[in-house]
Amino acid sequence: MGWLRQTTDSSIGGKLIVAVTGLAMVGFVVAHLSGNLLVFGGPQAVNSYAEGLRKLGALLWVARIGLLVMATLHIVFAIKLNLANRAARPQAYAVKTYRRASFASRSMLLTGLALLGYILFHLAHFTFRATSPELAALGEYDVYQMIVLSFQQPLIAGLYIVSMFLLGLHLSHGVSSLFQTLGFNHPKYRNLVGSIGPFLGVLLALGFSSIPAAVLFGLLK
Amino acid sequence: MKLKLHVWRQKDRQSTGRMVAYDAPNVNPEMSFLEMLDVVNEDLTGKGEDPIAFDHDCREGICGSCSMVINGVPHGPSKGTTVCQLHMRHFTDGQDVHIEPWRAKAFPVLQDLVVDRSAFDRIIQAGGFISVNSGSAQDANNLPVAKADADHSMDAAACIGCGACVAACKNSAAMLFAAAKISHLGLLPQGQPERRRRAINMVKQMDLEGFGNCSNQYECEAVCPKEISVGFIARMNRDYLSSSIFSKETGSTSKSED
Repeated sequence: MGWLRQTTDSSIGGKLIVAVTGLAMVGFVVAHLSGNLLVFGGPQAVNSYAEGLRKLGALLWVARIGLLVMATLHIVFAIKLNLANRAARPQAYAVKTYRRASFASRSMLLTGLALLGYILFHLAHFTFRATSPELAALGEYDVYQMIVLSFQQPLIAGLYIVSMFLLGLHLSHGVSSLFQTLGFNHPKYRNLVGSIGPFLGVLLALGFSSIPAAVLFGLLK
Repeated sequence: MKLKLHVWRQKDRQSTGRMVAYDAPNVNPEMSFLEMLDVVNEDLTGKGEDPIAFDHDCREGICGSCSMVINGVPHGPSKGTTVCQLHMRHFTDGQDVHIEPWRAKAFPVLQDLVVDRSAFDRIIQAGGFISVNSGSAQDANNLPVAKADADHSMDAAACIGCGACVAACKNSAAMLFAAAKISHLGLLPQGQPERRRRAINMVKQMDLEGFGNCSNQYECEAVCPKEISVGFIARMNRDYLSSSIFSKETGSTSKSED
């Protein structure tokens, strides 16, 4: 297994792991959003969806453990690469001018860490319902009521909306970037690859934010 | 025209350097940037001060010696040029000009603006060659090479090894350099027998030298005086990952890694 160690220890191998785990989590996020949007179909639609998910049983645990592994690898390797990057330039420039690097690409570490904080809060909030007794008192499958009660609080709704725009920013660089890391770069589809990240980022940010926004404006109650 | 220069001065490898301000009162807009520094150095020498040390050789943009970061951009503000081909007409009278050496752990500063770029040589030594048994030269057309491949290979071979890619990268990564060297041989039939070993060994050496990792910001492509495409980095990633994961090649172990 020397080859595996050599590959994962290498710069390109480390980037491969961040790219592949990132891609897997993008898949999860897209599926998560399509489930969430059922809230616009009314309590019945989203609650029965939640119940269906819970009834997957062992399969649900496979997905949960898979996600946990993906997220852990993504974070560990991203931090490892980042520390190596910092060590590679001990003396900073007195003057540094960026010519091409996008704002999103320059803030990957910050948006990534902010998202980690958001995910921990989100799990405590909706999965463990540990943040308020009001939510803990709801029935197990009353997802609709849980969403409405939470997002009627402007602070919570605002936190979710801001976090979803950070997610969009993170993915606008990350998704386009992973194609390059995996070796997909060709003049034929370079523009397409370059725009898929920002497109997906904006789409996901708007999609997710639509729910707290709809509750806040009284469209869902 | 007059310029206010802020130049990194560092006595030797061990010393700590600092930015020092100099007035450049007699700058002709037709001068190249290096000629401007020559004039400043003449004044400094006349005053009994140490001239500013900088690397230069051909002064026609092909040797890759000159290496300085001007106002935060390696090789300065002109696209697709080295410092020696940068002319003072791109600056304005009275402008502040900050001049710094390439910044990377793998490129230690030797003096002022001169850095030690031998890390690049060691990456080349790790696999940037083809092994050919000696004997009489082959007939020129024995190995057909498609025109498109030859052109593509030449685009990569245009790399002059100046190190601007490392200097521009926020991570001091040498990926564009390594990718150009791996690709220019990997695109030709002569480069095929050692293609996998080359990718693994050159990447291994690149990591060993302490260069950073690519964040796909493409600052390197933006400053490369030869405008080498980051498409070659994707090609290197393909070569490296396919060699590492889908072949038996694990790289040469005979080379000492001192």
